[in-house]
Amino acid sequence: MPAVLVLWAVAALLVAAALGVALHRARFASRAIYLISLAASLVILVAAGSHLLAGAPASPGVHLPVGLPWIGAHFRIDALSAFFLVVTSLGGAIASLYAIGYGEHEEAPGRVLPFYPAFLAGMTLVVLADDAFTFLLAWEFMSLSSWALVMAHHHDADNRAAGYIYIVMASFGTLTLLLAFGLLAGPDGGYTFDAIRRAEHVMPGVVLLLMMVGAGSKAGLVPLHVWLPLAHPAAPSHVSALMSGVMTKVAVYGFVRVVFDLLGSPGWWWSSILLTVGGTSAVLGVLSALMQRDLKRLLAFSTIENIGIVFIGLGLALAFKANGMAAAAALALTAALLHAFNHSLFKSLLFFGAGAVLTATGERDIEKLGGLIRTMPQTAFLFLGGCLAISALPPLNGFVSEWMTFQAVLLSPALPQWVLKLLVPAIGAVLALGAALSAACFVRAFGIAFLGRARTPAAAAAHETDRASLAAMGLCLLLCLAVGILPGLLIDLLGPVVQGLVGARMPQQSSLPWLSIVPVAESRSSYNGLLLFLFILLSTLITIEAIHRFASHRVRRSPPWDCGFPDPNPATQYTADSFSQPIRRVFGTLVFRASERVDMPPPGDTRPARLVVSVRDTIWETFYAPISDLVSVTGERLNRLQFLSIRQYLSLVFAALVGLLIMVSIWQ
Amino acid sequence: MLLVLALAPLLLGFTRKVKARLLRRRGPPVLQPYRDLLRLIRKEAVIADNASWLFRSGPYMIFAATWVAAALVPTFATGLTFSWAADLIAITALIGSARFFLALVGMDVGTSFGGIGSSREMMFASLAEPATIMIVFTVALVAGSTQLSSIANHMLDHASLRVSLGLALVALIIVAVAENARIPVDNPATHLELTMVHEAMVLEYSGRHLAMIELAAAVKLLLYVSLIACIFVPWGLAPAGASLAAYAIGLAAYVAKLLVGGFVLVLFETSIAKMRVFRVPDFIGIALMLGLLGTLLRFVSGSF
Repeated sequence: MPAVLVLWAVAALLVAAALGVALHRARFASRAIYLISLAASLVILVAAGSHLLAGAPASPGVHLPVGLPWIGAHFRIDALSAFFLVVTSLGGAIASLYAIGYGEHEEAPGRVLPFYPAFLAGMTLVVLADDAFTFLLAWEFMSLSSWALVMAHHHDADNRAAGYIYIVMASFGTLTLLLAFGLLAGPDGGYTFDAIRRAEHVMPGVVLLLMMVGAGSKAGLVPLHVWLPLAHPAAPSHVSALMSGVMTKVAVYGFVRVVFDLLGSPGWWWSSILLTVGGTSAVLGVLSALMQRDLKRLLAFSTIENIGIVFIGLGLALAFKANGMAAAAALALTAALLHAFNHSLFKSLLFFGAGAVLTATGERDIEKLGGLIRTMPQTAFLFLGGCLAISALPPLNGFVSEWMTFQAVLLSPALPQWVLKLLVPAIGAVLALGAALSAACFVRAFGIAFLGRARTPAAAAAHETDRASLAAMGLCLLLCLAVGILPGLLIDLLGPVVQGLVGARMPQQSSLPWLSIVPVAESRSSYNGLLLFLFILLSTLITIEAIHRFASHRVRRSPPWDCGFPDPNPATQYTADSFSQPIRRVFGTLVFRASERVDMPPPGDTRPARLVVSVRDTIWETFYAPISDLVSVTGERLNRLQFLSIRQYLSLVFAALVGLLIMVSIWQ
Repeated sequence: MLLVLALAPLLLGFTRKVKARLLRRRGPPVLQPYRDLLRLIRKEAVIADNASWLFRSGPYMIFAATWVAAALVPTFATGLTFSWAADLIAITALIGSARFFLALVGMDVGTSFGGIGSSREMMFASLAEPATIMIVFTVALVAGSTQLSSIANHMLDHASLRVSLGLALVALIIVAVAENARIPVDNPATHLELTMVHEAMVLEYSGRHLAMIELAAAVKLLLYVSLIACIFVPWGLAPAGASLAAYAIGLAAYVAKLLVGGFVLVLFETSIAKMRVFRVPDFIGIALMLGLLGTLLRFVSGSF
């Protein structure tokens, strides 16, 4: 019974949370709590992984008599939840391993230790839930515990603002989820997922839109993403990794569960919404990431991009499913799920790296770093691996899922709807644009932070991070490489998941020669990460061998040449802002209304000339600023109600009573 | 694999010679790039004081990725043993990997010229790469495959003039010019110029490391010419398991295609002036739009 095992692990996590409250002053507390979290996550990983390996046989649910008296709490593991349990528990396990080292640097462990296991437990329960009530309860538990973690360093005003926006957006998201499940359950109130699956749904399109808002805001879809780049970096780094790498995947799970599983057959126009929103998120996310100087915020924006890619895959899968093209839907859905898994790996790795840099230098601003490859060589190597993976470069894993999404795009001329025929090629272009921009983004991030010369004394005095952190990052990179060169094995594991959702699965991959992957037919397309990896390795070795045999071995160290104008001042290096300037000029004028103005003093004036760059957050200005203005204006108006006399209050009550009575009479 | 390596400097030497002749200069001998490479390999490598391990290993990775990508393009025969290991999208991504490392090593020493080069290279790439993918889409939708061998076979069997293929050809030529740092985008023969891109990134290299990077650049040029030849003029390609004579014909045809390709490239280069950096995005944007248009046409109807 894997579900029972997982529930026991969740119970252990909750006990750990309680221990965190009780013991946070003890010196061993941090290590103990993270060890318990690690062990519990591993138990979940083994339980869910073995369930998936066994081909996800149907297993009975668990019914606990807690919660609402006439419903109780239902838990069950099927193929989909097993896969996402693997994602959450793997991410949780690696983050706990990292935190064994990283948590030692925490100034106020009492603010982190109780909530960290609770957050893990919440995410696990969301995936495990088998009725709407438990799902929502676990969802809210997850939101609140992560909110507490965002507020861990609440002395910083920015963090408080981030926490405020996060809690508002999270509550709003839960509200829409509540409405979505209300519509799903219908007037009879069948709240178990089984009952919802059997029921006739009213207004499924509205449910889809509500899910897009509810799950999409948690996942970070544009334009509901505004909280994400504020909240994710505010938390301690291992929690940032969990929020970006894992919690967004829980949101994807919620969306897939409802839209693909519970909601029945989709309408074709749903996919056009998904594709548009996904494409917008992909491009806007990565463009915003390119403009950031804060390393962790940059990573958070890149999460938005990757979630966009996942939703493009989901949108394609919906389009194919609505048109009865089961095999193509299986390819697109597998690509989306694989990308979700891949993203959880490399995004965790990158956040761990950012955390290591943060503890070593105390800086998140990449303009104040530089040259870390010499002081933190191992972290630099691992971070570079993460950059390669997220930039979708072969032979690492990011490329595989992106390649499969491209293959799914290539299958879509067969779609009958004209809207989709015109939309899908544009989305393909957007996907390619996103991949190229994210390569630029991570060249910038790695190049400015780790290469070059140290820009501040803090960066020059950096030191290598601890062994637990390095082990966690190394494990992430190894998994990235493993998925990149042997994607067929994972695709086969995803077979039962996809089978259950779209009624078909990708052809068996592991039996193919050389472990290559063939989505449709070999004459159409195939990719072999293993061979490509071997080729690159082999040709590199041959080249090095040949060069070392025939070429001169002499090496002379000298000051850099720089075309004859070397300047010893590290401030003359290219900065992050200047690196992104060409891209800001090409894309930013449209998207961010970016502008540059040179402020040149008149002759005789001794003040320095300045280059003023303005980048505006168009999404905030278009969608959120009006809302927040409206709220504050209304608040201001209603404020007067606080200072009325007793007579005025009484007349208000009377007016309300009369109004209600009139309403009742009209209603009847 | 060795063929591309042997021919790449020759193509470079040929283009330089033709360009010089077109400018009424005598020009270096065709074999000069080989001599340059040999000379560079024999020289000592001068490395900046603060260069890291990435600076020293970068050239090998750049070269290896480019070499593998070039080896996956059919040159004179379609039946490559491992052609199924990577399709056109993967080849594009491999070139992307090489570019990624090139941009990183440009920033390693921490000089302003290196940063300028990397930044501009990534800006060009952010448009050139989607353009390539769109071209791949167009071609793949015509041929029903992203495998280069299958595409070449399809083009051989069902040769016909198509609007979408024409758009893709123009787009691919633009991308090739941009990716190889040729004239309207970048000048391969310049130093000490604020507009340089590729040369700015490799400014700090010398000796054997520079030789690897130069060779990688030559292989990349050959790759693009072979790619255009393989997709749009596949005639003469020997099918899998053909006779020795067919291979000989294929090889001769390939060399002829390279010569024609190199000549056309140089003709184009000498007849156009270099662009300002911020006009280049428009230039590559044309390629992107043409590729997108080609794909759209294929989505709308199979007859384009």
